[in-house]
Amino acid sequence: METYTLMVLLLAATIRVATPLLLAALAGMFSERAGVIDLGLEGKMLGAAFAAATVATVTGSAWLGLGAGMVTAIALSLLLGFACVTYRGNQVVAAMAVNIMVSGLGPTLALAWFNLGGQTPQLDAAGQRFTAVVWPWSQSARETPFPGLLYAELLSGHNLVVYLAAALVPAAAWLLYRTRFGLRLRAVGENPQAVDTAGISVTGLRYQAMIISGALCGVAGSYLSIAASSGFVRDMTAGKGYLALAALIFGKWRPYPTLAACLLFAFTDALAVRLQGVALPLVGVIPVQFILALPYVLTVLLLAGFVGRAVAPRAIGVPYSKEK
Amino acid sequence: MIISSRFSSWLIAVLVVTTALAAGAKDFSPAIVYDFGGKFDRSFNQSASEGAARFTTETGTAVREFEITNAAQREQAMQQMARRGATIIVAIGFTQASAVEKVAKQFPNVMFTIVDAVVDLPNVQSVNFREQESSFLCGMAAALASKTGKVGFIGGMDIPLIRKFALGYVEGAKFVNPSAEVFQNMTGSTPAAWGDPTKGAELAKSQFGRGADVVFHAAGATGIGVMQAAKDSGRLSIGCDSNQDYLHPGSVLTSAVKRVDVATYKAFLDAKNGTWKPGQIVLGLAEQGVDYSYDEFNRAVLTPEMKQKIDAAKADIISGKLKVSEYKVQ
Repeated sequence: METYTLMVLLLAATIRVATPLLLAALAGMFSERAGVIDLGLEGKMLGAAFAAATVATVTGSAWLGLGAGMVTAIALSLLLGFACVTYRGNQVVAAMAVNIMVSGLGPTLALAWFNLGGQTPQLDAAGQRFTAVVWPWSQSARETPFPGLLYAELLSGHNLVVYLAAALVPAAAWLLYRTRFGLRLRAVGENPQAVDTAGISVTGLRYQAMIISGALCGVAGSYLSIAASSGFVRDMTAGKGYLALAALIFGKWRPYPTLAACLLFAFTDALAVRLQGVALPLVGVIPVQFILALPYVLTVLLLAGFVGRAVAPRAIGVPYSKEK
Repeated sequence: MIISSRFSSWLIAVLVVTTALAAGAKDFSPAIVYDFGGKFDRSFNQSASEGAARFTTETGTAVREFEITNAAQREQAMQQMARRGATIIVAIGFTQASAVEKVAKQFPNVMFTIVDAVVDLPNVQSVNFREQESSFLCGMAAALASKTGKVGFIGGMDIPLIRKFALGYVEGAKFVNPSAEVFQNMTGSTPAAWGDPTKGAELAKSQFGRGADVVFHAAGATGIGVMQAAKDSGRLSIGCDSNQDYLHPGSVLTSAVKRVDVATYKAFLDAKNGTWKPGQIVLGLAEQGVDYSYDEFNRAVLTPEMKQKIDAAKADIISGKLKVSEYKVQ
């Protein structure tokens, strides 16, 4: 019974931790499927986290905060597109430039506007954050372990962004595989010449992909600052953008396997949190340092050994020019 | 070549003049270097900045400040300050120890005060606190307030200093309720662990899931997430370093206050008055260097009965009747 409860709580934590990863990985999927390497996920999320927290503080509305986060991330995404689609710059360098710029700009603006050492004020009042949505009868459902506890902990009690992220996976799959736009988008990442020959704008499609990527990163970043925690702090993405990219590769650039990869990464992270100081059978208490390294070790092992051949979109990283 | 050599001789002349001015002026010039987490972490560094601010308002002398954003800046910042004629440099945090050691040797005439570490040099004053004593009292408060008999501890970076907090807390909780269960989590093993509120909130939620209803953080800005999670889940939290009761009135049980502000203020004031001495200073409950907080924000949750028991233990610790163990690195 105790183990069952712990397991359910662990899965609930997995969902919370996976949300920003999943949103960022889906964002990366659109831009990478269109042929643009998206190392800028980290920076776009961080920019969105800052903008969302700032606007939520000033206006007192979480929704306006979310909107501002998305607009900011789209703007950063377009900036990246401008550098590496229009001007055919090196995609990795341009993305790193965006990441570094945002990581400095956020705290600098926060310092200038709020004078709190690079943080935004703590969001407290109702409506400034997305808080947990409690589904009907979840309190009474808690009494019965199965399926009541599953209902109360896994389905109920998350914030809106979590549900949005879950809904976005089938939506992304549909868009990518069932629509004309999706077909063209995938084609532009595999064989841009063919798309161009068919009379469709490669640049246009790549920009559309960057806009979608920006919007999703915007939601991911806003989740960090106005849903999961209450305000922006320096470098609060803490490498989640890169981890999302790893999940995307692990999921072979497909929506559902990417979802599985994000859940796995989040599970190891949630497990690491709970394994600390717990005596396990046979081995006893595992040193904290080992547990903290666990998600990363697992990532390396999985990516190195178990992922099989991850075939990237063929035209990824190659700026398109008609003349060649 | 002529231009450049002329330029460099001009540069040297300017340098000589400015150094002479700096040396000649003999103005009292205090400086402070904050640690990761920043001046406004509402916790450890903020306490130091309040001490510096108090010194400035009382004496009218401005304090030069530096907030580091990466590890390499510590040494540079201290060297810059020393070179520009700082009389005393206060370094906040144990991570500054090696930088202080190096720069203090380069500038033997500058006074250095380091908080939370020991640097054994003739021009360095090392201020340390007996955090285990205030943590003990907070552990007592947690166990007294807990209905489940399970309480939590969330540390920032996994270092001996934070283990010191944890040990005192556990002893305090067991002192009240020998069968109390204490869950312990560390946020990480790098300095990034001081500024990750999302992880802090997640750790707190995991402890609440296991049945804890009071959680104590010693995690700098990460603790902001811990306290937010406690408020969101309707549990109690215990603040650290600064008095954090005001952050969520009614949800913060008390705070393990560490008077870094007093240490900072005193270092500056002593240096100004010429009474500053190098060597080691250790501040505990008896010296009022550490304490637990009780004010209008937590009066509703920390009942008079709890306060009475905590105050009795506090008196016993001060008189030496009650010993709190200190964490020793094996």
